[in-house]
Amino acid sequence: MSVKVIIPTPLRVYAGKKDAVEVEAGTVGEALSGLTSQYAELRRHLYTEDGKLRSFVNVYLNDEDIRFLQKEQTPLGANDVISIVPSIAGGTSLGCICS
Amino acid sequence: MEFEMSIKASPRELDAIRGHAARDYPNECCGILLGREVDRAKEVSEAVPLKNLRTEPDKAQAVLPLEAPGRESERNRFLIDPLEQLKVEKDARARGLDVVGYYHSHPDHPARPSNYDRDHAWPWYSYLIISVERGKAGELLSWTLSEDRSRFDPESLEVRKPSSAA
Repeated sequence: MSVKVIIPTPLRVYAGKKDAVEVEAGTVGEALSGLTSQYAELRRHLYTEDGKLRSFVNVYLNDEDIRFLQKEQTPLGANDVISIVPSIAGGTSLGCICS
Repeated sequence: MEFEMSIKASPRELDAIRGHAARDYPNECCGILLGREVDRAKEVSEAVPLKNLRTEPDKAQAVLPLEAPGRESERNRFLIDPLEQLKVEKDARARGLDVVGYYHSHPDHPARPSNYDRDHAWPWYSYLIISVERGKAGELLSWTLSEDRSRFDPESLEVRKPSSAA
């Protein structure tokens, strides 16, 4: 079925500048692989080299984190919306790497 | 030069960030910057304060584990709750606004990005960092991640006049 994947602002440049992409898929994993086959550059931002979702990338199906559902095997229903939510974290340390 | 941009915010938003940073001292505070990209400038129309999830260590560890929890806490780390982030983002989208960046404070440290900031940063976003010295808000600077992720570059932060629309 067709689901919508919401693309966060920093990744839109790799997704044809779109804020959302419709893909045909039965599971969350299929939707993400459909998305990255359409927009190959997105792949390295979402997955590690060994094909795992990056830990700084949160994927939500509607309002649920897929880590607490069936991860990438989570089945999709009609009108589901997948959101890619970048982890936002930071803090102080001793070193400064600014230019 | 794809990412060379500037950021504009009104005194009202910047004062809200200063107030939040001072209020949450000695903890790190964090929030989201909503606005629009206009002519290669990110125009901030709202700075929305969010909870630092590191104040709830168990929840935070499940989202993004710390490597050295003994030395890391809400005093020197922040993490935004992704669900809260998603909700603010959805609400913004419905009003025609985008997430243009984030802000956080550095209690008793300069307003300069750390290696930890860089390791967790995303391109394009503006990262506003505010220094808080002994509870008093200090320098406020904006940074963006370089395309090769090797460093942060300073970003021009322009204070614009508040719009006449209330």
